[in-house]
Amino acid sequence: MSTPFYVSPQQAMADRAEYARKGIARGRSLVVLQYADGIVFVGENPSRALHKFSEIYDRIGFAAAGKYNEYENLRIGGVRYADLRGYTYDRDDVTARGLANVYAQTLGTIFSSAAEKPYEVELVVAEVGSEADGDQIYRLPHDGSIVDEHGSVAVGGNAEQISSFLDQRHRDGMTLAEALKLAVQALSREPGGGEREIPAERLEVAVLDRTRPQQRKFKRIVGRQLARLLDTEAAGSTPTDAPSDTEDHDSTDSADSTPDSTEETDK
Amino acid sequence: MDFLSDQSPEMLPGNRSLPPLQGAIEAPHGTTIVSASFPGGVVLAGDRRATMGNMIAQRDIEKVFPADEYSAVGIAGTAGLAVEMVKLFQLELEHFEKVEGAQLSLEGKANRLSTMIRSNLAMAMQGLAVVPLFAGYDVDREKGRIFSYDVTGGRSEETGYAATGSGSIFARNAMKKLYREDLTEEQALTLVVQALYDAADDDSATGGPDVARRIYPIVTVITDEGFRRLTDQESADIARSILERRLEQPDGPRAALL
Repeated sequence: MSTPFYVSPQQAMADRAEYARKGIARGRSLVVLQYADGIVFVGENPSRALHKFSEIYDRIGFAAAGKYNEYENLRIGGVRYADLRGYTYDRDDVTARGLANVYAQTLGTIFSSAAEKPYEVELVVAEVGSEADGDQIYRLPHDGSIVDEHGSVAVGGNAEQISSFLDQRHRDGMTLAEALKLAVQALSREPGGGEREIPAERLEVAVLDRTRPQQRKFKRIVGRQLARLLDTEAAGSTPTDAPSDTEDHDSTDSADSTPDSTEETDK
Repeated sequence: MDFLSDQSPEMLPGNRSLPPLQGAIEAPHGTTIVSASFPGGVVLAGDRRATMGNMIAQRDIEKVFPADEYSAVGIAGTAGLAVEMVKLFQLELEHFEKVEGAQLSLEGKANRLSTMIRSNLAMAMQGLAVVPLFAGYDVDREKGRIFSYDVTGGRSEETGYAATGSGSIFARNAMKKLYREDLTEEQALTLVVQALYDAADDDSATGGPDVARRIYPIVTVITDEGFRRLTDQESADIARSILERRLEQPDGPRAALL
């Protein structure tokens, strides 16, 4: 009988985290931004059938980077959770906070269970409020922690560079076209420092629009509407480049060490 | 739905055990629903009365609901069960749409509703029947379609117009004489309110427009732009204009004899 090698728990966890991070880094990045009338999701996605963003419930949207089958699994779980909650109680009783907690539990359990490989996914759960103050954005890394984000968040391969770029330039009350322009700028940045062009047909864009008359606020922006928004951005001025805008948004360079984002540990 | 039946089957309307009892249970019943199609869409309307035996249980009940963006369902029968059935139906359509990323076909929605009515058969045998009318805009065929059901879940597509509930005989006959295939949207709206007026005229369980309390029928219209419920004011305007004409002609408009 052979005795298994001793591996310290720290080492085991670090290995698993490393594995998950590498998996996530292989995927394309995506960004989630607040704008005046809601929250916009922007990502580069060559496929038009496999979505990175999805509706969970009336006011709640979902975004994921990483392995498709793993986040799709989590997405369907989230839709079930939300629909069952809403049916049992009331539509108002389904909240992003509750959903983020469920995801955190699931991801945390999978991450620390020795029998399973950790999920190579990073999720964003966002809820649009009736006012801009009521907007909530939660980022859920692979290990099951929850990060409460404000303004902008980026996940996926090049997330750190993109989110520092966004933190410097994002401000409250941007229009949808401005936010979209900023998002595309951020996504076009290469890790080396260069830039590349992302054509409109490779963009996946969705919004949670609080001004939508329907109960369900999630909407995909495709085709002509997307082209129109991208056009106004090209024609319009570029106030987002002004670095003075960072004053009304207390941001730091790295999202991972942002002091205003509160790290919650699950019980 | 599948998930719900695995997790907590007792929550599904069809799976509840019934207490043994004699005779029918007294519970509020909804009454008349009418629907008519026109080129480009379909209208669905319902009166506002719920009855319990010979008593009026509620004067302002709402019996027409959007099922999703392109369809609506109107309910006749035991109000409590029917409302819950609609709630579950709405949930299922929304759930399917979110999980699959595409809407169910109108046919698929109609079939699903059929199964739900069938699962209520045991209750229906005890007098707690639910008989809805389902109307929607078929995005693929680009026209409005109406489906009626019987108590066992039997589904049949109606051409032109349909009615369900206690006043349905009168409403259907009114529409039989007034319906034409080339109705405009406004004419179709007037038609269904006329039919409801006639149903209320001859059926005690159907409520007519209540001018004193400002309770008017719920009128909805579904076109390629989706579901729209007429505002109280719009519905009141139609009902009032009909009422005005009926002051002179109590039986309503006359169809040609030959």
